[in-house]
Amino acid sequence: MKIGKLVGLAAIAAVGATAVTASAVLAASNHKQSSVTLVWWHNQTVGPGVKLWPQVAAEFHKLHPDITIKPVPLQNEQFSTKIPIALNSGKPPDVFQNWGGGQLVDQVKAGKVADLTKYVSSWIKNIGGSAAGWQVNGKQYAIPYNVGVVGFWYNKELFAKAGIKAAPKTWTDFLAVVAKLKAAGITPISIGGKDRWPDAFYWDYLAVKLCSKTVIQSAAVSYNFSDPCWTKAGTYVDQLLAAKPFQDGFLATPAQQGPSSSAGLMANGKVAMELQGHWDPGTMSGLTPDQKTPSFLGWFPFPDVPGGKAQPGSLLGGGDGYACSYKAPQPACAQFLGYLDSATVQKRIGSTGLGLPVLKGTENSVADPNLRTVLKFRSSSPFVQLYLDIAFSQSIGQALDAAIADMFAGQATPQQVVQKVTAAAKKK
Amino acid sequence: VSSLPGTAAGRARARPPAPRLSTKWRDIGLFLAPAIALYAIFLIVPVVEAVRYSFYSWNGLDPLTDFIGLHNYREALGSPDFRNALKHNGILIVFSLLIQMPLALGVALLLNRPLRFRGLLRLLFFAPYVLSEAITAVIFLQILQPGGLVDAFLKNIGLGSLVHLWLADLDIVFYTLFVVITWKYVGFAIILFLAGLQGVPEELHEAAAMDGASSWRTLWHVTLPQLGPTIRIQAFLATIGSIQLFDLVWIMTLGGPAGASSTGAVYMIDQGINRYRIGYALSVAVILFLICFVFSTLYQIFVLRRDVAGGTTRMAG
Repeated sequence: MKIGKLVGLAAIAAVGATAVTASAVLAASNHKQSSVTLVWWHNQTVGPGVKLWPQVAAEFHKLHPDITIKPVPLQNEQFSTKIPIALNSGKPPDVFQNWGGGQLVDQVKAGKVADLTKYVSSWIKNIGGSAAGWQVNGKQYAIPYNVGVVGFWYNKELFAKAGIKAAPKTWTDFLAVVAKLKAAGITPISIGGKDRWPDAFYWDYLAVKLCSKTVIQSAAVSYNFSDPCWTKAGTYVDQLLAAKPFQDGFLATPAQQGPSSSAGLMANGKVAMELQGHWDPGTMSGLTPDQKTPSFLGWFPFPDVPGGKAQPGSLLGGGDGYACSYKAPQPACAQFLGYLDSATVQKRIGSTGLGLPVLKGTENSVADPNLRTVLKFRSSSPFVQLYLDIAFSQSIGQALDAAIADMFAGQATPQQVVQKVTAAAKKK
Repeated sequence: VSSLPGTAAGRARARPPAPRLSTKWRDIGLFLAPAIALYAIFLIVPVVEAVRYSFYSWNGLDPLTDFIGLHNYREALGSPDFRNALKHNGILIVFSLLIQMPLALGVALLLNRPLRFRGLLRLLFFAPYVLSEAITAVIFLQILQPGGLVDAFLKNIGLGSLVHLWLADLDIVFYTLFVVITWKYVGFAIILFLAGLQGVPEELHEAAAMDGASSWRTLWHVTLPQLGPTIRIQAFLATIGSIQLFDLVWIMTLGGPAGASSTGAVYMIDQGINRYRIGYALSVAVILFLICFVFSTLYQIFVLRRDVAGGTTRMAG
């Protein structure tokens, strides 16, 4: 597969604060246009978005009577099949869910998404480094509204029971915590190995900690994995696997479905930790008998690794955004995406727990103390790497996840993981 | 089948030929057109398109320009993952024929005897077949999870040492799936065999009994030969089903862990839908289609022909 030259991709670096108001976002919208309708494919089929998104669509229509928004909720997994077909059909949705990264690059290369740069230039700086993951060649092709980072969700009660005083800061501390939990008869970590991507979080994170920012960013463009840090990430995974920290049968455990999923085990106090995204408390609340986020929940960032070349505080993350298809009426579509990143909507994204707002100055809207911690780490991080399976082109990212899952099943060495992803990048 | 046109032609010759013939073709055309149109739009065209796309490197988004000839086919046939998946299909075929079919035959023979609650038993064996593969998969995911129903049952009857990671153990997962597949499909085979057994004339059994044949000899020399056409059809259906297996595996294991329960169709979907390698996945689809097609054709020619041509017994369907 040929790779275009991409700049700024795969990095979501949070930068300095600039205040913004909703009026500034909307200022760019004093444009005359005949009345249009925007079809909006989103994935908010559960949780607070079910109410909030139609509300937002109605508000926007009130502000811009000539623009009607037609929200179409679709189950999250449907996007991977529906989007390519819709984009090729000649009648694509105007606004659609986008995770940025390599998938967006593929859509841009096929000419299916609109370049939003000139419409959003006046305000895009207000969402800081979050915008970078949705840029291709320095141009803004989609806009994120919710960006979070991956970290360890842990059970404070079980940690106390095992006599663990503080969250581990380094990899060595972390392995010691695993050993202590095992000694206390507690399963240290749950993981959804069936779905493969939860396995990849470990490998990705170790690569983020071990590789320099330059190495990791250029790999998402050149798919050159010759730097020894990539193999080293695998050897650290091996070290963890040797400690046998996961629940019984973790290779067949789903990440999110049912109380026996990895999130369900965590939510019901069966395991002490789970490495997951910022959406995990929301997932857990659906898997407990009382439908509430467990009170024992705490969060700590992935431990730093000795000898790592990354800047301290580098994180792995990602989020949700929207792209405008090439046929969407402009500037109406860009205006709508701007509204989603305005203070009035961003604050509600935070307060309802839908996600972590990206707009500077709306951080305080996040009510959940754990999510506030996550947001604090995201905001102060020098470098947030997009999940590698998203950052890479779809076929390469999925090949990486599969290779890592093979490793978790004892079927691949650290060298073989690197070989497999390199080979996938060379395939037609 | 071959005698049909002859009869029609014979009848046509007995009456004024020209107008009759044109009316006949007009009627045939009228009645067949909708079916042919649907068949063409939803089957023929997609199959032809699939073959065409399989010669391209295509991610589903770009214009179809990167023609790479047989490259996708070479990669598929050389891929250890695909061969591993096909090997699983092969094992499944062998197991279906050597384990599932004799099991179904045994149960059918049993259920063919005058038994108390025979109707209820037949219903129980057939019930799983009515469930969709998706529902079956979800039920067994619950039953087979670590500490689930199967594990608890084994522990309570003192066989705790037999407890395994049914879906997470790379050496076991595929056989676990085979058991689930058997549970689901054996009922269908039983019903087929029961239907076939109704066609075995009672006189043959009586004659064998009068000649002093043991029940084994009667089974071997009377019942089984009489069941031949049913067995051949069931073997055909089981083989095609084994090649096409997808839903159940996808929901229960996604083909994992590490490809240990993958099948050809699972590999195809993983490459096409998960990785957007649509051109490549279509070459895999074409290979699977060819395997099915060649097998069906050869089987029709060499195995089913005498059944179709009309032997002593005929298949009901």
